[in-house]
Amino acid sequence: MKKKKQPISTGSEWTFELIETYDREIARVARDFGLDTYPNQIEVITSEQMMDAYASIGMPLNYNHWSFGKQFVDTEQNYRRGRMGLAYEIVINSDPCIAYLMEENTMTMQALVIAHACYGHNSFFKGNYLFRTWTDASAIIDYLLFARNYIRQCEERYGVDEVEEILDSCHALMNYGVNRYKRPQPLTAAEEKERQRQREEYIQRHLNQLWQTIPRREESGDIEAQRFPSEPEENILYFIEKNAPLLEPWQREVIRIVRKLAQYFYPQKQTQVMNEGWACFWHYTLLHQLYDEGLVTDGFMMEFLHSHSSVVYQPPFDSPWFSGINPYTLGYNMMQDIRRICEKPTPEDREWFPDIAGSDWKVTLDQAMRNYKDESFILQFLSPRLIRELKLFTLVDNAEHPNLKVSSIHNEMGYKRIREDMAANYNLGNREPNIQVYNVNVRGDRSLTLRHFMHNSQPLGESTEEVLKHLHRLWGFDIHLESVQPDGTVAKRYECPKSNALEVI
Amino acid sequence: MSYIIDRRLNAKKKSTVNRQRFLRRYKEHIKRAVEDAIHDRSIIDMERGSEVSIPSRDISEPVFHHGNGGVRQRVFPGNKEFVEGDEIRRPSGGGGGGGSGQGQASNQGEGEDEFTFNISQEEFLDFMFEDLELPYLVRKKLKDATQFETRRAGFSSHGSPEKLHIVRSLRAAHARRIALAGKGESRKEIRALRKELWVLEAKPISDETRLKMAELREQIQKLEKSAKRLPFIDDFDLRYNNLVKVPVPSSKAVMFCLMDVSGSMTQSVKDMAKRFFILLYLFLQRNYKQIEVVFVRHHTHAKEVDEQEFFYSRETGGTIVSSALNLSADIIDARYSPAEWNIYVAQASDGDNWDGDSANCRQLLSKRILPKTQYYAYVEITSGPQQNLWYEYEQVRTEYPDQFAMQQIREASDIYPVFRKLFEKRTENVA
Repeated sequence: MKKKKQPISTGSEWTFELIETYDREIARVARDFGLDTYPNQIEVITSEQMMDAYASIGMPLNYNHWSFGKQFVDTEQNYRRGRMGLAYEIVINSDPCIAYLMEENTMTMQALVIAHACYGHNSFFKGNYLFRTWTDASAIIDYLLFARNYIRQCEERYGVDEVEEILDSCHALMNYGVNRYKRPQPLTAAEEKERQRQREEYIQRHLNQLWQTIPRREESGDIEAQRFPSEPEENILYFIEKNAPLLEPWQREVIRIVRKLAQYFYPQKQTQVMNEGWACFWHYTLLHQLYDEGLVTDGFMMEFLHSHSSVVYQPPFDSPWFSGINPYTLGYNMMQDIRRICEKPTPEDREWFPDIAGSDWKVTLDQAMRNYKDESFILQFLSPRLIRELKLFTLVDNAEHPNLKVSSIHNEMGYKRIREDMAANYNLGNREPNIQVYNVNVRGDRSLTLRHFMHNSQPLGESTEEVLKHLHRLWGFDIHLESVQPDGTVAKRYECPKSNALEVI
Repeated sequence: MSYIIDRRLNAKKKSTVNRQRFLRRYKEHIKRAVEDAIHDRSIIDMERGSEVSIPSRDISEPVFHHGNGGVRQRVFPGNKEFVEGDEIRRPSGGGGGGGSGQGQASNQGEGEDEFTFNISQEEFLDFMFEDLELPYLVRKKLKDATQFETRRAGFSSHGSPEKLHIVRSLRAAHARRIALAGKGESRKEIRALRKELWVLEAKPISDETRLKMAELREQIQKLEKSAKRLPFIDDFDLRYNNLVKVPVPSSKAVMFCLMDVSGSMTQSVKDMAKRFFILLYLFLQRNYKQIEVVFVRHHTHAKEVDEQEFFYSRETGGTIVSSALNLSADIIDARYSPAEWNIYVAQASDGDNWDGDSANCRQLLSKRILPKTQYYAYVEITSGPQQNLWYEYEQVRTEYPDQFAMQQIREASDIYPVFRKLFEKRTENVA
């Protein structure tokens, strides 16, 4: 048996030397497990700075907007009144990977955060295919700086209100400002600035052609059949940036900035379960390794386990604390479960996961982390055993029936269906209404028609009218929105401005 | 590879701009909340911030999301007794019914109807005093009109050449030379040695004298060298006149608070008067760098008292208003020359006065007080009909329409509107 080492620390107070020592040890253990990370930049901040970070969606710098102020005021209120604690850490997908540690944390918490953020999340950012495809970790800080300066310049030149209006409208459509299937070009601040002027010119020139008012007679026969755009466009902000007739060049640039940020955050929305599960799995594994080596004390482990188990606690559906499936619980349990399937497969596992049962868990987990997003990860790896453990069941809520129906429970018949239902729950395409730019009346009133392709005949929510007003502000002409059933019938129409309002005028 | 950085000392107020943007956007809501607070809250609380509630409907940022309806399949944890095919009554609101799966709706606070936050005292008062201005404020340039006076403040060793003080500089140089070389000792010595040398030179030359002369010359040279090394005047001998700028408050204000404390003034009436004074005082505090407050209370006699006594001690008796006016006029004459002070008088009463005294009051006001004051505000706190003092004062008002204001207050909720009315911007008058 190996000789037990001296523990790194015994008290709860942290010092910079101790953080450094812990970081070194955790880094060593992480390397032994084969975690590949960006370099870390660990920043110790106060709770007030943490609230600042909250308010600017976790980014170290961002442009100014009232909604961030609202967020800040809200966070501050809730924190001051003790209604909520602040997160122990914030980690930013950048290179080097920036992690914020709060000064109020105890030494144990700091070590936990380092393991969780600096090695868990960090390696996920670096490895997962979505982040690799959609984000450029080395350029984001530069880009944010560019965005902030550009928007400040716009505010100076065109007035705060003017810029605020555009940003409001863009934020309303932020979820519809992402490309889902194309790899965007990597952006650097220098390039961005360089090309911005060229882009302005080009777009203006392009537009003039598009909006030429002189009709071409000879084509009039089949022009009705042609739509613009010829294929529906799901990136509404992109479409507006490139095609809205009345926007100033700087307004297009602002739209672009919001679009780029939306794109940057897009992978995080799709990998919540995996990302947190991965980070929780690794802080658990790394700190246990330190414990096995005798580098941390029993007291340390007690405190750590207390935090860990409250983070991965899943209240049952009928508990007053229930607010949906806890992504930490699901992710962490799935990661542990994969390791178990690899190390100690049961006959059931061999039947369900013939290709990973008994394989090297490090390789399997690494593959899972790299090549999946929440939806496909659940579809692939949610095991019957975990479904039993969490006692999952599916409820069907059909508005046409007075009652909710339990469609599947954790039994032999239900496993597959629950797995599919769970994966569908995490499918962004199901969660957000599928709305696309369908047609522009190029030859007529320039009205823009959007189509909402209904999923399970779910209608749009009550804020739709408001969003359409924002869209109208950006587009400048009438907006129509049609909710379309899969069979092609239009279930509901929205328009902005409302036509009866026009009649009054 | 990790870098550990201590950011705790970095700027904290990163969100200030965003917060201000937010306040700016919801100015109307905040103003309404501030006005409500002024109506409802005890005046002693005025020196703190306020809570502002905004309906979350007004503040939410709309996004496309799924509404209720259609078919939803959601997976839940913690099944206890359900088996496949069970039907459950749809819970009313919240819970399993609504929401678009795991959407972000929950942290936008959809369940809450109000978005509530606090504004600081500073912000509170700013909103409270918005659009308000003291009369003739423009003319007197009260705010930020700090003038400076140049005063001599000794001597300094640095300065510009035109401030050089020659006598002091030379005196310092002399002192230095004495300190370093003794009082002219070396020159005296040189002179003595020269004399000696001359004597020797006159003498016939011999080996002895030649040797002596060489020795003397060497000594002289040495002494001259050290004398030369000591400059006549040096940089650090220089002395300059030191002048400092002392801010002179160009607008000092004095506020007279006059209150009837006679038996006819009930506690609630006094309480209202108190609010009126405090509001005025808070306002002055923000507009003048230097203000003094004189508290004069009266029943049949007037007395100058301190703040504590003014508001909180109890007196009874009849009422002679002119006694307070007389005393105020005396104090103005003795201590507050109108050339130096902006004089404001605020008087609160229930309108009771001894019958023969009211005409007297009018005389006093128009003769002794109003010519010297910037503004005179009178509030009558009564729910009954006006009494003779009011009618006498109305005459004063026609005589001095710009300087004299009066108002009747019936309920506590009237105070703030009165305050605003009394001190409304009088831009048209100024122009």
